[in-house]
Amino acid sequence: MKEVLLIKNGEIALKGLNRSTFEDILVKNIKRRLLDSVGKFTFTKSQSTIIAEANEEDIDFEAAVETLKKVFGIAAFSRAVVCDKDIDEIKRVALEYLGDDLRSIRTFKVNAKRSDKKFPMTSPEICREVGAHLLRSIPSLKVDVHNPDIIVTVEVRDKNVFIHGNQIKGAGGMPVGSAGRVALLVSGGIDSPVAGWMMSKRGLQLNAIHFAAPPYTSKRAEMKVRDLVSIVAKYSGRINFAVVNFTEIQEAIKEHCPEELFTIIMRRLMMKISVRLAERDNCGALVTGESLGQVASQTLGALACTDAAVNMPVFRPCIGMDKDEIITISRAIGAFETSILPYEDCCTVFTPKHPRTRPTLKLIEEAESAFDFSEMIDRAIENVKYEFVD
Amino acid sequence: MEAYLDNSATTPLCKTAKEKMVDSIENIWGNPSSLHEKGIEADLLLKQARMCLAQNLSCTEKEVFFTSGGTEGNNLAVFGAAHAHKRKGSRVITSAVEHPSVQKAFDRLEAEGFEVIRIPTDKKGFIDLSELESAVNDKTILISIMAVNNEVGTIQPIEELSKIVKRKSSPALIHVDAVQAFGKIPLTPKKWGIDLMTVSSHKIHGPKGTGALFVKEGTKLSPVAAGGGQEKDIRPGTEPMPAIAGFYGAMQELRIKESLTKVTELRDYLVGELNKRDFVTINSPENALPYIVNLSLNGLRSETVLNLLSDMEIYVSSGSACSKGHKSPVLTAMGLEDALIDSSLRVSLSRFTNKEQLDYFLKGIDTAVKVIRKK
Repeated sequence: MKEVLLIKNGEIALKGLNRSTFEDILVKNIKRRLLDSVGKFTFTKSQSTIIAEANEEDIDFEAAVETLKKVFGIAAFSRAVVCDKDIDEIKRVALEYLGDDLRSIRTFKVNAKRSDKKFPMTSPEICREVGAHLLRSIPSLKVDVHNPDIIVTVEVRDKNVFIHGNQIKGAGGMPVGSAGRVALLVSGGIDSPVAGWMMSKRGLQLNAIHFAAPPYTSKRAEMKVRDLVSIVAKYSGRINFAVVNFTEIQEAIKEHCPEELFTIIMRRLMMKISVRLAERDNCGALVTGESLGQVASQTLGALACTDAAVNMPVFRPCIGMDKDEIITISRAIGAFETSILPYEDCCTVFTPKHPRTRPTLKLIEEAESAFDFSEMIDRAIENVKYEFVD
Repeated sequence: MEAYLDNSATTPLCKTAKEKMVDSIENIWGNPSSLHEKGIEADLLLKQARMCLAQNLSCTEKEVFFTSGGTEGNNLAVFGAAHAHKRKGSRVITSAVEHPSVQKAFDRLEAEGFEVIRIPTDKKGFIDLSELESAVNDKTILISIMAVNNEVGTIQPIEELSKIVKRKSSPALIHVDAVQAFGKIPLTPKKWGIDLMTVSSHKIHGPKGTGALFVKEGTKLSPVAAGGGQEKDIRPGTEPMPAIAGFYGAMQELRIKESLTKVTELRDYLVGELNKRDFVTINSPENALPYIVNLSLNGLRSETVLNLLSDMEIYVSSGSACSKGHKSPVLTAMGLEDALIDSSLRVSLSRFTNKEQLDYFLKGIDTAVKVIRKK
């Protein structure tokens, strides 16, 4: 039996004249991701469905399904079997292809879609014929048109008929690359990978920037961040990952600035460095995992001070989320277990005992001017280490 | 120069162990249960290894069961004993400073409905024997206490403990986790009157993946795994001959007394030098196993120091302290202040350690202090 993947794009369908541009990006993304995981597919577009046919035999469809679940821009998809346009053939293939699934559940219904109006039977007729055949063949089965365990769908199209069971939910969102490129500040905690995933879901390509402070932070901490970036890359595609050595700057802040402002000044300097890297690498915005009020550096006042350090949009998709909600996504994308590995990151080194929660910009700027960081910032940017993470 | 001072985590393979392993991989690769010649020669090697281990533990070959290592040995002892004897009572006793493979096994027993009592320790990590004495009763079925603590090196008074249990005529079986003690001090489980004892290969310059459980003859134990009869079905599964051969080789190289004298001298030198530094606090008791020295570098986070030392090719352990992570449960149970826990390091020696490496380590911490204090 020959199988195909029927892919329904989501929001793209709502687009107007540039819809086909979005679709092309989506097809390109799916093609590449399937190629990386299972093998080569050929694509045809038909109404709002993208049909993916395997170029080789023995393609692992289970693995292909897992891959598709992680491609943004797909609302839903089905793994379907191809069948000749003949009602006896449809009945035989439906039973053969879905029989095992149908035997393990209790209720079903048949849903027929006939886009080829020349096919001699109407949709209700197809439903009746196929439904009756399945009922006769599998005695344990019952029909439930309102809330069935499985919907058997028969799609009669121009060349063939496709038969499939329940649709599989896709990752939703917009195809990566359709919205531009941004730089994600990633620390090694729970929030930043989630933030990256959320923005990637809106069609953005990701770069990632990590601040390391050896020897205060270890190689293992950096390896952990790379692992997290790699988990996000399973959704977003390849990520250009930059590691900035921040030790010198952090020590200078500790030496020259008041302790209670330490974290905010550090965040501001990180943002300044990130903006320069972002500009250099053609990113249109920064993304952080900040969530309002989560820690002292994420109060309204603190965020205002951080934002004032840069002249680029800063996206904070987690801003209105509770920790629980962030953790739910973190678990769903498979990042949580890695995020909670206990290593120091540069945000926890030299944490002040009583950080200022309502700083004013004036106060911060004064404190910052106690030392000229520009040379160190230049040096940090010059020494950035880049790496592609898949 | 490289100074590997993390020998309580694992040790490098010694020469004899490696030779025996290679010989097993190349020549004696049969299944010891096979009836043919290939099996017989493997069985012979297994017998030799078992005999060697029995000699080391002053017990009989029948009392030695090969396992996959310390964790499995401890699990088999704790679950095996508790499950086999639950009709006699439901109280089980352990200490607050055990290795996770014992601690978490007891957590599970607690979830199964056993009454778990965890004996506290004093500031130097010694279990409170009077607490133990009052906890032991005729419904106690298992007591599991380690011989040497893995983080600070405290040597527990196992023989005294055993006497107390006998005096109270409790039916309790005594299990000793001797992973850190094996090969470093003489172990005589039968003389001490204990029933179960765990040892591991990779802490004595043998390979990872094997170890053994001493089970006193006549002790009833419920096996954890079901299988094909190997190790009298207490621990079934085809014996990993290359690993057991390596374990055997490592045991042949042991010279417990000689090594202990050498390591004690090294430890005394190290502690003497450390005491000259006002920023060092020694957390290990004076009469600890000399192979382990736990210390704190006042005010310096251990993870930072560990990273700096690692860059200098000096390898030690942190007391698993970290602002985000979990504080060492052992040091916490000993009642150490947070500042000391947060800055604790474990230096663990072996018979291959030399004075030059210790000097290099001392130079390393001096450098680390200078680098970090400067900032």
